[in-house]
Amino acid sequence: MADETMLDILKRRGVSRRGFLKFCAATTSLLALPPSMAAAVAESLGRVRRPAVIWLSFQECTGCTESLTRAHSPSIESLIFDAISLDYHHTLQAASGHAAEEAREHSMKADWGNYLLIVDGSIPLKDGGVYSTIAGISNLAMLQEAAAGAAAIVAIGTCAAYGGLPHAQPNPTGAVAVSDIVKDKPIINVPGCPPVPAVMVGVLAHYLTFGTLPDLDDLGRPRAFYGESIHDRCYRRPFYDQGKFAKTFDDAGARDGWCLFELGCKGPTTHNACATTKWNGGTSWPVQSGHGCIGCSEPDFWDAGGFYKALSTPVNSVSGAATAAVAAGAAAGIAIGLANRQRKARARAGHQTVTIADLEK
Amino acid sequence: MSAMELLLWARGPGLVIAAVIFLFGMTLRLIEVYSLGRKRDLAVPRSPTPGSGWRTIVTRSLPHADTWRRSGLTIVAGFVFHIGLFVVLLFLLPHIELIRSLTGLSWPALPTPLVDLVTVITLIALIVALVHRLMDPVKRFLSGFGDYLAWTVTFLPLLTGYMAYHHLLLDYTLLLALHILSVELLLVVFPFTKLTHTFTLFIARWYNGDIAARKGVAS
Ligand code: SF4
Ligand code: SF4
Repeated sequence: MADETMLDILKRRGVSRRGFLKFCAATTSLLALPPSMAAAVAESLGRVRRPAVIWLSFQECTGCTESLTRAHSPSIESLIFDAISLDYHHTLQAASGHAAEEAREHSMKADWGNYLLIVDGSIPLKDGGVYSTIAGISNLAMLQEAAAGAAAIVAIGTCAAYGGLPHAQPNPTGAVAVSDIVKDKPIINVPGCPPVPAVMVGVLAHYLTFGTLPDLDDLGRPRAFYGESIHDRCYRRPFYDQGKFAKTFDDAGARDGWCLFELGCKGPTTHNACATTKWNGGTSWPVQSGHGCIGCSEPDFWDAGGFYKALSTPVNSVSGAATAAVAAGAAAGIAIGLANRQRKARARAGHQTVTIADLEK
Repeated sequence: MSAMELLLWARGPGLVIAAVIFLFGMTLRLIEVYSLGRKRDLAVPRSPTPGSGWRTIVTRSLPHADTWRRSGLTIVAGFVFHIGLFVVLLFLLPHIELIRSLTGLSWPALPTPLVDLVTVITLIALIVALVHRLMDPVKRFLSGFGDYLAWTVTFLPLLTGYMAYHHLLLDYTLLLALHILSVELLLVVFPFTKLTHTFTLFIARWYNGDIAARKGVAS
């Protein structure tokens, strides 16, 4: 079984060659490669032998795994995912407890230096990392050990990429991202809460096909998927430009597809592929279904001042500080005013009257 | 620090710091200036015209025929950039949303391309005003560091806002952060430069008109 190619595995699972080519063509265009590359992608991806992949889950909600595997009908994405053979994945593997940990150790040893490490969830550092352990091993220790033998690391989901929800203020567990810990391995961030399934698979397909990392932006995200903002590709954008904004989620404007900026849409500062690849096999995406983008693929999106507050408004309330500043300014102003008055009064009091008699002396 | 972290700082602690300095400084300066008072005028007013101060607010705000001839460019550039600044500040939707979140007040926005056009015109007017200030020997002689600082902090928010909207040079998130930071810089230097004229201008004009009337030259 270990010698089977990707295409063999897919065939065994009922995927036709035609279906596979279609997938490759779609992935090629998703990756922003020229269409002529589709054949090459199909060729090398088909030939790929079951690569060893270890998937570690730390402080997470399993939403990323759900996003990938709970497609309505088993998509080719999820099958590709099966085909990459997860040697270790808590949620998906049959083994549990110490047997599972043994399987991880075994596969790490067997493919030392070559396996792909996928991580979802953040890593807690506070109090010696006690807030999340697996078989008594802290997330930090497990990540460091697994990262040492990995060829590359894919940080799936915003928690692994930037800390995500556990990292949100006040961050009680001291949660950090994979890139805060691992400094000496190539890391691809695939943020999103959860990431778009096609994007996760696209990144894997790219890695398997070319054996290299895709072109990354300054936040470590593949430019092919995260190069443009939601706002730039949003179909409600013409309404933004015309100044037509929905005031509530169910007013006439909202129904006519007007822009959701006033309702808190963070599309202008969010980079993700939702507006182009859409969700659920291309059915729709959040802004299309009537809800603003909450910025889930960006660092610290939980702390950005509330999902329903416009992007141009303050993150924290300023009124308390403002009142104090006015009061302090008034007090200082009155004090200076009084000092000025006193000085004038002193000058008046100190004024000596000079008479002609004085001058004649 | 990523662009997003910078943006969150600008929308959070940065804004609070700038607002506190601005409000503290402006309250202090206005109370300080107005509490100075004036000596009581014991003379009988020459022309008892209580409306003179109010009329002067209007007449001093309109260019005189003579001034027109001598400094037409200054007047046009000045009016254009002041009006443009207020249109951009008060009629772009994200700005209205900010005002609404702070005060609860709101009004309809202008279409973004129109505000965009006004921004370009305002930027040009500001550049013309600066070039004229540098070329004209009298103006140059009268200008100091404070004047150039006031020009810069007025220009930057417009420039960064324009660049952000058009995605020029840098990523939108970073430009938006720089835009908000430039406004915060404006707020911080506001109470300590000639920009305070925003709050003192019309009161000063009223006072000049009123005192002139008392001395017999009512407007
Ligand atoms: S709905 Fe959001 S992403 Fe779409 S145009 Fe409006 S602000 Fe931009
Ligand atoms: S629309 Fe925005 S918040 Fe929603 S999934 Fe896409 S990037 Fe995340």
